[in-house]
Amino acid sequence: MIEVHELTKRYGAKTAVDSLTFTVRPGIVTGFLGPNGAGKSTTMRMILGLDRPTSGTATINGRPYAEHTAPLRQAGALLDAKAVHTGRSAYHHLLAMAATTGVPRARVDEVIDLVGLHEVARKRAGAFSLGMGQRLGIASALLADPEVLILDEPVNGLDPEGILWIRGLMQGLAAGGRTVFVSSHLMSEMALTAQHLVVVGRGRLIADVSVADFIERAALESVLVRSPRAVELHDLLAGPGVTMLSVERGAFEVTGLAADQIGDRAATAGIALHELTVRRPSLEAAFMELTRDAVEYQTVGAAA
Amino acid sequence: MSTVTRPIVSAAPPRLRVTQARVIHSEWIKFWSLRSTVITLAVAVTLMIGIGLLASSMSGSGAAPAGPGPNPGDLGPVDASLAGLTFAQLAFGTLGVLFMASEYSTGMIRSSLTAVPKRLPLLWGKIAVFAAVALVTGLAASAIAFTGGQALIGDGAASWTDPGVARAVIGSAVILAGSGVLGLALGALLRSTPAAISTLFGVMFLLSGVAQLLLPDSWGDRVVQYLPSDAGGAFTAVSVGDGLGPWAGLAVFLGYVVAVVGGAAWRLRRFDA
Repeated sequence: MIEVHELTKRYGAKTAVDSLTFTVRPGIVTGFLGPNGAGKSTTMRMILGLDRPTSGTATINGRPYAEHTAPLRQAGALLDAKAVHTGRSAYHHLLAMAATTGVPRARVDEVIDLVGLHEVARKRAGAFSLGMGQRLGIASALLADPEVLILDEPVNGLDPEGILWIRGLMQGLAAGGRTVFVSSHLMSEMALTAQHLVVVGRGRLIADVSVADFIERAALESVLVRSPRAVELHDLLAGPGVTMLSVERGAFEVTGLAADQIGDRAATAGIALHELTVRRPSLEAAFMELTRDAVEYQTVGAAA
Repeated sequence: MSTVTRPIVSAAPPRLRVTQARVIHSEWIKFWSLRSTVITLAVAVTLMIGIGLLASSMSGSGAAPAGPGPNPGDLGPVDASLAGLTFAQLAFGTLGVLFMASEYSTGMIRSSLTAVPKRLPLLWGKIAVFAAVALVTGLAASAIAFTGGQALIGDGAASWTDPGVARAVIGSAVILAGSGVLGLALGALLRSTPAAISTLFGVMFLLSGVAQLLLPDSWGDRVVQYLPSDAGGAFTAVSVGDGLGPWAGLAVFLGYVVAVVGGAAWRLRRFDA
């Protein structure tokens, strides 16, 4: 269980994280979603005590991370794949991490096998590919078999096979009762992995919803209608809660009415329909809609 | 790579907790698992022994070239055999800087502090491992340099029982370890290898000369004797000069080390990693 309360981080005049409050529960995968620069990594670093909050608190299983007697047992983290000395082998990196907490040597071999690094474990970590680095980071997160996993963009740099593997791993851990908190800037990835979403933009909480609710809310469908008597049909469909947008000559898009309602009314009025298409926005589009105002770095007109 | 997702085998051993002794063990693993550390250590030992033996052989032959300034022929037998101290100090200091600052340059510090989020045990662990390794290897190096050097000098060679000799030989190891710890603490304070190395070299090797040039003679010497290089030198000198006595020199030298370690602890504790 991770509890974040009114967490704020300011760097000078810039507020990176702005009074965030949310709870991450055990037993499910919780996605931490937001555009780049939304404050996801900073929040995770504060949860782990690497950065000091300007104000507010973050606890893991009821206590600040640093106050646990065996922190690695409480939470394992993958913050970035490069938190490794490039000159040291993966094996010795894990061995040194394990030694701090009394994790036995056998467990080091176990996590190396688990993440599939057996053949390169004695090689310098500096020579690792990004994907191998991610696997090493996940191995160190799993070292003490922690209650809570905090993973910052774990699929970054993984090949498709690695992505499937990490999805399965996260779901397996959550099913085993662990708390899994995973950040991403990709909604589509979260829809496949997470059951709950904490959405942030510009350091603020935008949504704290279940993935099912988010999809339902996002799935505000529209219907494309094409008819030779479009103007008449347009007037016929008008009413409260219905919006219509002209797409091209003879075609318009309706929101607020289901396709069958539109078809029935047209039939009653004797108006022929040439097209009746249900349009469902993608999750990615819904997410972008939700965070549009909160995107730090717009593609167009980006200020330095 | 394996794609098999096996359930996590719970290895849950008894008594998982972070202790200072375990952090020291972890730092011990870190120290010996880097090729760069081991090579720098070997270089430091080689410099200490090699230069000492070279200076001793020149001192022993009495074939020192005439000319201004000090030359190996002017050195006493003990100083000649320990002539590598300055160079070894550079190498041990660099090693200390690398041991700490490379955690920052590589990003390793984030892993280290995730394992030891109370932070200070990490610094104490590093200092303990480094000081122990440096003291043991430094002592071995200075003892070999002294013994070998005296054998080369032959006539007029010093012995362990001569006054001040044991202090100079053992003291060299203390100064080597102290310089390394100073480098380590500078690495933690500045979080940058180049910045820490240049600061260390500036303080240990340039400051004394610059101070003597710039300060008026009347009180230049009085100030210079309190600089870390000169205070450390007072401790390893066989005969007591005009400056600080050996034990006062040691106290002043260690005072600098403690002060910088204090600064390092403050920075580590108070600042974002």
